[in-house]
Amino acid sequence: MLDKIVESLHEAVADVQDGAVVLIGGFGASGVPTELICALLEQGARDLTIVNNNAGNGPRGLSQLVEAGRVRKMICSFARSSDRKNPNAAAFADAYRAGRIELECVPQGTMAERMRAAGAGMGPFFTPTSYGTPLARGKETRVIDGVGYVLETPLKGDLALVKAQQGDRWGNLVYRYAGRNFAPVMCTAATLTVAQVDEIVPLGAIEPQHVMTPGIFVQRVVQAGDQHVH
Amino acid sequence: MSIEKLSRREIARLVAQDIPDGAYVNLGIGIPTLVAAFLPSDRDVILHTENGIVGMGPGDPGMPLDLDLINASKEAVTLLPGASITDHVMSFAMMRGGHLDLTVLGAFQVSGGGDLANWDTGEPGTIPAVGGAMDLVAGARQVYITMEHVTKRGEPKIVQQCSYPLTGSGVVDRIYTDLAIIDITPGELMVRGMVAGLTLEALQAVTDCPLSLAPDWRELIVEAN
Repeated sequence: MLDKIVESLHEAVADVQDGAVVLIGGFGASGVPTELICALLEQGARDLTIVNNNAGNGPRGLSQLVEAGRVRKMICSFARSSDRKNPNAAAFADAYRAGRIELECVPQGTMAERMRAAGAGMGPFFTPTSYGTPLARGKETRVIDGVGYVLETPLKGDLALVKAQQGDRWGNLVYRYAGRNFAPVMCTAATLTVAQVDEIVPLGAIEPQHVMTPGIFVQRVVQAGDQHVH
Repeated sequence: MSIEKLSRREIARLVAQDIPDGAYVNLGIGIPTLVAAFLPSDRDVILHTENGIVGMGPGDPGMPLDLDLINASKEAVTLLPGASITDHVMSFAMMRGGHLDLTVLGAFQVSGGGDLANWDTGEPGTIPAVGGAMDLVAGARQVYITMEHVTKRGEPKIVQQCSYPLTGSGVVDRIYTDLAIIDITPGELMVRGMVAGLTLEALQAVTDCPLSLAPDWRELIVEAN
């Protein structure tokens, strides 16, 4: 019988390869799968490319991965600390200024749409976002019906790590409030999607019309709750 | 006569008065965030935030911070009755797809042709971080800018050509500064309002592009704070 539930965070990320492209859900500190990131840190994969809206949210999670030198490249829309008094991406800033990490700055909607394209089987697409700006440099552009467009390519992950409120053994997910953000599109865009959930519920407990990510996009579900990895 | 510049809150209040009932609006960081506090209570103005909330209510300092109910500035917000929450693909479809009536943003510089520079000073050592600014200006039906009229060093921020990296080209419709309200129309910058005592000549002296005075221009009245 189909059962995507794995027993531990450790098991959920045990087979991640060096050099993997990892899509990580979250916007600010909202919807971040911190426990899975910590498990990935412990697992030890190196040379990672991380796709996340931000480059860290405080000292735990992504910042630890960066500090440990596991990340080769960040693909981000906002890699700067939003809070100057309590910098939330300080580890990234240090690594970036020291030349130890590469940054690809992508407009937030373009980042989402590049993953949507990857997950939906689309090829490159034209978007008006960033036309005429430095972020369009080196990219093909075209004016169609008087509007300038930039050609963007699909962004596919080897792995997606997301956080949801509820999940079942088929991998159906429900997110809490704006914790949803990038998670649904990331689930579609990765070869292996792992969801940490606050609560595992029986099949049928989530009303079909309330499922936010259908289980077809999810390969593993692990309960994190208040669990922490050291 | 000495000129009294508008405060940040007064600029925000002027913007709020110009937003019609039923408008879907995205407010940026800084002065634009203050606009929410001045929206007239007899209008439904529906606030969108890039992380997927439509129908965002004001922050409630008494409430514990819920990380799943934040705005683009990562501040706590509430949900109005009628609010909805969606994912990033849908949220940016609202932005890029022309579904927002208006976005209000800050700026480093605006050019006479409506180019906007508001995401990167281009200074060495800064980490490039664009967020959703380029998607917003690409798609919102109207783009209003709020900013001080000149830099701290007294240099005009309304310029012939932006020297800072662009956020979007030809995207700005209107500028609210601490001195004036200026519409960017094809071919000219039209002054819609000026603070008391200011002359067009004096405003022109701190603006890099030629200005015209609208026949129905008004004096900007400072009210409550």
